[in-house]
Amino acid sequence: MVNGKSKNRDVWKLVSLLVIAMYGLLLIYPLCRLLKEAVIVNGHFSLEGFATFFGQSYYVKSILNSLKVSVSATVISLVIGVPLAYFYQMYEIKGKSLLQVLIILCSMSAPFIGAYSWIVLLGRNGIFTQILSKIGIHVGSIYGFNGILLVLSLQLFPLVFLYLCGALKNIDNSLLEASVNMGCSGIKMFLKVVIPLCMPTIIAASLLVFMRAFADFGTPLLIGEGYKTFPVIIYDAYFAETGGDHTFGAAVSVIGIVLTAGIFLFQNWVSNRHHFTMNAMHTIERKQAHGIKGVLIHLYCWLVVALSFMPQIYVIYSSFQKTSGKLFVKGYSLDSYKFAFTHLKKAIPNTFIIGLLALAIVIILAILIAYLVVRRSNGMNKVIDTFSMIPYIIPGSVIGIALVLSFSKRPFLLSGTMAIMIIALVIRRIPYTIRSSVAVLQQIPISIEEAAISLGSSKMKTFFTITVPMMGNGIISGAILSWVTIITELSTAVILYNARTITLTLAVYTYVSRGSYGIAAAYATILTLTTILSLLIYMKVTGNKEVTL
Amino acid sequence: MSVTITINDAVKKYGNNTIITDLSLGIKEGEFFTLLGPSGCGKTTLLRMIAGFNSIEGGDFFFNDVRINDMDPVKRNIGMVFQNYAIFPNLTVEKNVAFGLKNRKLSKEEIASKTDQFLKLMKIEEYRDRMPERLSGGQQQRVALARALAITPDVLLMDEPLSNLDAKLRVEMRTVIKEIQNTVGITTVYVTHDQEEAMAVSDRIAVMNEGDIQQIGTPKDLYQRPANLFVSTFIGRTNILKSRLEVKEGNAYIILPGNHKILLETLLEEEKKPQEIILSIRPEELFVQEAGKEGVKAVIDDAIFLGLNTHYFVHFEDGEKAEIIQESQIDSILEKGSTISLGIKTYKINVFDKDGKRNLIKGVKNDLDLYNGAK
Repeated sequence: MVNGKSKNRDVWKLVSLLVIAMYGLLLIYPLCRLLKEAVIVNGHFSLEGFATFFGQSYYVKSILNSLKVSVSATVISLVIGVPLAYFYQMYEIKGKSLLQVLIILCSMSAPFIGAYSWIVLLGRNGIFTQILSKIGIHVGSIYGFNGILLVLSLQLFPLVFLYLCGALKNIDNSLLEASVNMGCSGIKMFLKVVIPLCMPTIIAASLLVFMRAFADFGTPLLIGEGYKTFPVIIYDAYFAETGGDHTFGAAVSVIGIVLTAGIFLFQNWVSNRHHFTMNAMHTIERKQAHGIKGVLIHLYCWLVVALSFMPQIYVIYSSFQKTSGKLFVKGYSLDSYKFAFTHLKKAIPNTFIIGLLALAIVIILAILIAYLVVRRSNGMNKVIDTFSMIPYIIPGSVIGIALVLSFSKRPFLLSGTMAIMIIALVIRRIPYTIRSSVAVLQQIPISIEEAAISLGSSKMKTFFTITVPMMGNGIISGAILSWVTIITELSTAVILYNARTITLTLAVYTYVSRGSYGIAAAYATILTLTTILSLLIYMKVTGNKEVTL
Repeated sequence: MSVTITINDAVKKYGNNTIITDLSLGIKEGEFFTLLGPSGCGKTTLLRMIAGFNSIEGGDFFFNDVRINDMDPVKRNIGMVFQNYAIFPNLTVEKNVAFGLKNRKLSKEEIASKTDQFLKLMKIEEYRDRMPERLSGGQQQRVALARALAITPDVLLMDEPLSNLDAKLRVEMRTVIKEIQNTVGITTVYVTHDQEEAMAVSDRIAVMNEGDIQQIGTPKDLYQRPANLFVSTFIGRTNILKSRLEVKEGNAYIILPGNHKILLETLLEEEKKPQEIILSIRPEELFVQEAGKEGVKAVIDDAIFLGLNTHYFVHFEDGEKAEIIQESQIDSILEKGSTISLGIKTYKINVFDKDGKRNLIKGVKNDLDLYNGAK
């Protein structure tokens, strides 16, 4: 008995060591390598890269641009998303299931698809631009800051919406009744009670939106024109120096990490000051919205969703348009799909092979790490917890560059392989899946495991036969959402891919940047359909129509 | 300040499902009035209709002479204590108490002094800067009460406020609640399913079952002269025995197991006729006769010593079971299996018709008749 116990403990210790080793090799080593590349030039310590960056206003301005874009996008996402979630949870909205599915779909598409469709809709030769100018309305330029802001806000408000819906579900109805009782109702209640109660979630959602906006580079690349943001600079710096040394690219990446880490710590500090817990015995009951108020609420919800879903509809529509070369012509055809299926044949299977392998690894690692963190809390496992959260705050392109730097030479020659794509996806996605697994595991009382052990099941057997199955539903639902984000991931993959490892998202990106919009639309439509299908499966599996992140 | 509450013919429906049909009652100014009943009897529903959180499908609700049916809950000037306290988790104790005052646009000094006054009254001054999650259940309860009272409401509504506390704290807090209500003198409507708690705090109690009020009265009325079988079983413990009435020479007798006849002097005159009845005899209304005295024969199945009292579980000759409570004696407890002879405090027992709908004893007070008669 005593022997068996110590043996089992060794197994978990072994798992801890293996996980630490993995993080050491695949995350810490690349980051150190990146730092070394940034400060060592020709074998000597040098801050040349940093000097170049801060010496030119062009570069420094990109940071300001990025901050401006990210702060604005965060504010607008909150302004759109918070009232939307409030209306959605407080009132009976007609077609609310469809509304929610559409909102989720908006958040799941790659942002650059939105950027590209908005150019087609509202750009210089855009469809709406032309219609509107015929009736005498001239829309301002959507290139540059405005365009980036439009696309990112419409892309990111769904995250605020989903987070806030979760928070609103945790508000006990009696809190609102108490507020009404003490003379505070309507808009006043929304501002003075609901918003403060949701503050921790609003802060968390803000960080997520900010980080996504800050790290996004597809959108500014397409619609930003002269308006350079930080990730674009990183990307440019990396590709300008391919083959040569990466001092400047690495230096820019390091600056990026410092910036995002600073923002993360600031958010942490703010959220610690706003920390409290809520637990709803009676959740808020949706009310019927009557009269003019009801009309306005419906109008708001559906207009916002229509506006943000329009690009997707347009992309699907244009995938069936006839093309001549790179131009759309009158009439419809399936040529874009024919081309899509005959060229880049690997894109579709790659998407599934890379995506599913990454997903499988993410799930297994996340379960193990969640177990270590929740049930075997010790020094080593706290280190794992911290390591696993690092990728959360590092822009995807920086992780891409760090991996390329580390694994392009023997003995770790991985660049250009599927393996490096999978590693990147796993590292990038795992923080989210770990968080959800930890949350699920914390809800399972340890006494159930103790009961199994007291009935003679070994600790390992208990883990596999009791704990994992009980986590099952939570893991599956988390995994499907991870899957959707894995297949739409761009910023890391764009640095790591080549012709053999191209995926659907990358194919869309490639053809958009080549100007072949019809083919890009075909790939994008396939991607969107895959996403929709995944979400439908998610809803089937979890048995509800509510998605919470 | 305090108001009377009058409810005439209230109706509550959820869709086609009628929860409350035609309910009337009146609550006096400054009264501590309790709605008592098993879960699902409609007591919380009624409370929330008064508060304005449930719609009213029929009838009229008045505070004094003001009809409040369509009045916004914000304007009803009600203080409410919720089952889970509904304390804002993001605000300190002090800010929770000041919340309602701030909405009244009072001056800063007034808010501060009122907040202080009620923090002191509820003895939670020392926790004023604490966040709610660092308070115990009893302390949270005090915050909820302070917050509800600080706005000097016309009516205080409490929805099972003690149900989340442990047994000891529940007893302590109900004394606090009663004292505060006495001090403030506010009309209070209190909802609970715990009859002992209701008896401890209330001036009057309305016993509810399946959406109807069974009886309204003081705790003493309800316990000693319940209006029907439901009230007699719901309030306190009692032994229910089927029996019949016999009348001889103008005197009514009840027939007990073993064909034991007992003269019943408390019966209503008009009920003095042979009929099937249901007896409700509380455990303390039975007593063990001294040796040799005649009584109802019973055999002891079990005895439980609880300190002050000893409970005996017995069965009669016909197999019916009963519970007896005796003040504990210094000499030994009666042996299991021994046969005893029971006496009955006949002036205390209650007698119902065979459906259990009516009490046939004199002196039943049911204020419900006042309100149903008033319409």
